[in-house]
Amino acid sequence: MSDAMLAETITIKGDNGDEIEAYLARPLDTTPRGGVLVIHHMPGYDEGSKEIVRRFAVNGYNAIAPNLFYRVAPGASPDDAAAAARAQGGVPDSQVVGDANGAIEHLKSLESSNGKVGVIGYCSGGRHTFLVACSLKVDAAVDCYGAFVTRTPDPAWGMTAMTPLLELAPNLSSPLLGLFGADDQYPSPAETAELEAELKRHGKTTEFHTFEGAGHSFFSVERPSYRSEAAAEGWQKVFEFYGRHLAS
Amino acid sequence: MCTYLTEKVVLDGAGKGAAGWFRLTDGSVYVDHPTHARYTHTLNIDFLNPAEGPGARVAVELTEEAARALAAAITAALDHAPAGIASENQP
Repeated sequence: MSDAMLAETITIKGDNGDEIEAYLARPLDTTPRGGVLVIHHMPGYDEGSKEIVRRFAVNGYNAIAPNLFYRVAPGASPDDAAAAARAQGGVPDSQVVGDANGAIEHLKSLESSNGKVGVIGYCSGGRHTFLVACSLKVDAAVDCYGAFVTRTPDPAWGMTAMTPLLELAPNLSSPLLGLFGADDQYPSPAETAELEAELKRHGKTTEFHTFEGAGHSFFSVERPSYRSEAAAEGWQKVFEFYGRHLAS
Repeated sequence: MCTYLTEKVVLDGAGKGAAGWFRLTDGSVYVDHPTHARYTHTLNIDFLNPAEGPGARVAVELTEEAARALAAAITAALDHAPAGIASENQP
């Protein structure tokens, strides 16, 4: 079996039929395989996010990351686009769901798709992952340290766009793998425990892991928050989870 | 954590970005993950001219201590100069 893959920037139909940019990586072998939607973090559609997309392709998945900030700053560098998106108050949740739907449809349209799709997101993308998995039909979801899923930010912070999503819990359409840091405060271990309890109350399948010695953003190899042991174990759990739920 | 809280300020002046000097019209100030500084969180300032596109941006990422020292230095420098000399209505 060949290990050749293709990674490229493409255009997909996002929310409201808008054309947006996305990064797609896929093995060239057309054996049926699952797809993975990667939702980038607040710092945007950056090199780290694209590397994650390629990592899924190397491991046998079709993977795609839509640029959630494309409308705000088409063609801009990722950090400038993230700054522009922030200056506008972030992107609306409904738009994220629409863009995710377009990306999922694209994955399912690929010749090698087995019809199954997982979603994964980091930081704000972790919150978006829960949002997407509760709003659309997916087969497996991985929330990496998404904050403000169960709790509202302190009103003094003025983060009015970040509404909690816990009321969506009954709608979760797939098993949820949660990967968190014990030293993280956003989300804190108490918040993730609250989320897991609520999901279990609704009969949902969850697998939550909280890594000691790790805080927020422990997967980010280019940041000082990187924790190699937690990241290595976390990646192993991601691939085990997707192996169970996205196989043909 | 990712915060969406952004303090916005109207600016009047100029900044030098990747494509050279441009007029500044807006500023964003917020605490969040930096893009480049070797910290998990920093105080970030974007000096902007949105009319010239998202690339018209000078970005600064500072520790809390550095940001407070900068704010104090700005105030001190202005206090030590003749009042109004750098005003938009300067003589």
